Amino acid sequence: MNTIWVLLIVTSVFFSFLNGRLGEFTKSIFEGAKSAVEVSLFLLGIVSLWLGITRIIEDSGLIHRLSGFFQYFVRRLFKNIPPEHPAITSVTLNLLANFFGLGNAATPLGIKAMQDLKTLHPGGETITFEMMVFIVVNTASIQLIPFTVIGILADYGSKDPSAIVLPTLLATFLSALFALGILFAFRRVLK
Amino acid sequence: MKTVSLISQLIIPFFILFTILYGCARRVRVYDCFISGAKGGLGVVIRIFPYLLAIFVAVKAFQASGAFEFAQELLRGVLEAFHVPIDVVSISLIKPLSGSASLGVFTNIVKTNGPDSLAGRISAVIMGSAETTFYVLAVYLGAVGMKRTRYLVPVCILADLFGIIIAISIVKFFFH
Repeated sequence: MNTIWVLLIVTSVFFSFLNGRLGEFTKSIFEGAKSAVEVSLFLLGIVSLWLGITRIIEDSGLIHRLSGFFQYFVRRLFKNIPPEHPAITSVTLNLLANFFGLGNAATPLGIKAMQDLKTLHPGGETITFEMMVFIVVNTASIQLIPFTVIGILADYGSKDPSAIVLPTLLATFLSALFALGILFAFRRVLK
Repeated sequence: MKTVSLISQLIIPFFILFTILYGCARRVRVYDCFISGAKGGLGVVIRIFPYLLAIFVAVKAFQASGAFEFAQELLRGVLEAFHVPIDVVSISLIKPLSGSASLGVFTNIVKTNGPDSLAGRISAVIMGSAETTFYVLAVYLGAVGMKRTRYLVPVCILADLFGIIIAISIVKFFFH
């Protein structure tokens, strides 16, 4: 992330100098700061909401039932999560929320999943392979029906807005497989 | 389609109802549980905030400086060689960086090219199959304060690149 950040900032200053847009550059960084605050406030609401609900799941013991149920899938992908660990449930709930396009639930549950994955290696500042698998699956955005996209296509008079559903699903699955393939290849090569 | 949309609408209300009823059946003080869980939210968001700030400032600056247009020009030639509509460049570049901006770009492509055009369809598939990678990275890495991310970032960038190539090829295969 360090490299990416330096690259983005340095090229931005360089190009705004070349294009005579230094004023815009300064304006844009304040805009960026403002939208970070707006997004954080939004996150504060939904993250607290879902942390409250997941606490009920944990304290009522429902988490053991859920993780028992989902173990099979999750443990194939994440080999080092012990059985009945809370990470199994939060990872699965995040993936399900993604799958059904429930973005407002997926992000908070994903944050919970990352924290649960961290409890397997407390104190470490180096990312674990399980966390990488989780993030890569999340950035591949496995989603059953892209409702927002279909809505926009329909708004602009598409004859068959749902025609893109199957191609999107296929693209999503292929790119998720590809992403995992790249990740596992990196691990093998760099070991 | 309709059933899937209905199921998606039902999931959250039923999930919450089920959780609360299960808690009550187990004689858990559901309300107090919820409050004690929700208390953790502020801490999480405070931890994530600096990561979000860093990425949002960088992305906004990148767009405002004209560097974004330059990158578009660079890729234009490559896509023309493969007979891919030029508008696909802008959606491919913006999608990993910003969710709200990519929605704007997508709407604009659909408006100017028509919803059933090749450009419209490729952008639709990219919108549905790619994710705002840098936002996800900032939020999830920020939540656990990871400093060393090993090879995660290069993997994500490569995966995005292949994702876009896959999306273009699939649309060309399905609709031509």
